[in-house]
Amino acid sequence: MKIPRFSRKMLCIPYAVFLIFFVILPMLVILFYAFTDKNMHVSFSNFIRFFSDPTKLSTIVYSLVIALITTVACLIIAYPVAYILARSKLKKKFVIVMLFVLPMWINFVLRVNALREIFNLIAISPAMEWLTSANYFKTIVGMVYDFLPFMILPLYTTMLKIDGSLYEASADLGGSAFTTFTRVTIPLSMPGILSGITMVFLPSMTNYVVSDMLGNAKVTIIGKFIYEYFGTDWHMGSMVALVLLAVVFLSTWLSGGFQSEENVRGANL
Amino acid sequence: MKKELTVKCLKAVFVGLVLLLLYAPILLLAVYSFNSVNTIGAWGEFSLKHYAKLFGDPVILNMIGNTLLLAVVAAALSTLLGTAGALGMFYCKRRVKAALHGVSQIPVINAEIVTALALAITFVAVGIGKSYFTLVIGHMVMCTPFVVLSVMPKLKQMDNSLYEAALDLGASPFKALMKVVLPQIIPGVISGFMLAITLSLDDYIVTVYTRPTGFETISTYVFNATMKGNKHTAETLSSFWALTTIIFAVIVIFVLISNLMGRKNKEVAR
Repeated sequence: MKIPRFSRKMLCIPYAVFLIFFVILPMLVILFYAFTDKNMHVSFSNFIRFFSDPTKLSTIVYSLVIALITTVACLIIAYPVAYILARSKLKKKFVIVMLFVLPMWINFVLRVNALREIFNLIAISPAMEWLTSANYFKTIVGMVYDFLPFMILPLYTTMLKIDGSLYEASADLGGSAFTTFTRVTIPLSMPGILSGITMVFLPSMTNYVVSDMLGNAKVTIIGKFIYEYFGTDWHMGSMVALVLLAVVFLSTWLSGGFQSEENVRGANL
Repeated sequence: MKKELTVKCLKAVFVGLVLLLLYAPILLLAVYSFNSVNTIGAWGEFSLKHYAKLFGDPVILNMIGNTLLLAVVAAALSTLLGTAGALGMFYCKRRVKAALHGVSQIPVINAEIVTALALAITFVAVGIGKSYFTLVIGHMVMCTPFVVLSVMPKLKQMDNSLYEAALDLGASPFKALMKVVLPQIIPGVISGFMLAITLSLDDYIVTVYTRPTGFETISTYVFNATMKGNKHTAETLSSFWALTTIIFAVIVIFVLISNLMGRKNKEVAR
């Protein structure tokens, strides 16, 4: 047998094999489980059972609303921060951006735990006692707290690339500050907005650690279903996972294909 | 002029306020980690007892070791696999490259829990069960695509003629790759490695689904302790304040050092 000569292309073989076994195969496995019943016969019963259960449906709606509020809140806070930092002429603005990334290096369970302690402290005072049972409120605050950097970073990196002379051009051509913002800043930062939204929306639907720790285990989100089914019914669990997968692909497809995610999570800092 | 100044102040106040909210919980925990009492809000006296508890508990020390070792192992393997993968993909035909890139993006955009569940079901269904091996694989699935993403831009910026020159001067393809290409992409490789470490340290979900029974990392341990609670709960919970403070201090020191070193390098380059 002839040993093939080393070529640069061959370096991707290990990664290709890895992807086939640990990314594609697992997706096929959940596809298989989602559309089979307990006797491994092909069936749509999981699908029908899941979507005809009113309690499941109401949880999905709640979960979507939580994710929506979280995403909007993150956007409202992150957009001005990213805009101010990107247009700032400070020489050391890199340090400030770094400060926003830094908390991500502490495990998020510890961070959420810290927030939980703060809520407990605030709730001691009689005026703030309502906080004890405000499970949904606390969950949303926790998610915003946890996922805010995921929104700031892509926004910041896209806005940094906007040519400053475009703002001047808009002003010279008679555009008011508001017009410049709606006609220049927002359209040009759209890739960052979309990337930030996907980075925040998806975890807020699925990261049940935050909702469990801050919502007194009274707030159920879609991710929690998967956790519960994992112990009892793989077929239903796979079904839910598949629905989430479909949502992901649909939203990526709608937002114009796979975006470059290299800016996410501070890769370039 | 005056209006400009006000706007500037408002901007600084806004950014400062968001930062303050982001750091308030961690800083408050840091303060109370030096408290002799187990409740936040009540101050006894200055004490290091939470730190003593942290370093005196073999279970906690073991899970810290687990977390760090797992992060280093997973990040090192991911960096190796991802760097080789990025290099190979870069030189592949466009179709193959696009296909590999697309599949590689799946774990990046996918919800972590879907990746985790799919892996867990596959491992059990195939019959290999769950072990330290599957845990490392789980972390690699999560980290390697990010390594590829941070190496790729460096490959695109690279001057390709240098590789050709090395070949013309008689270097073997492998040697040319190691001596000419690798040095040019090394910043991407390093940032990929750092990113992989970060992702692994920050993880909870993939760990829970792919770990062998009895294996605990910081995140799984803390989550279980806060959710279930046992008779030592108050004690254990307050030792987490000390843990959070230590991690935070290490990160701040790390950032300061790397910042100083970066500045020095820039000065030398000048």
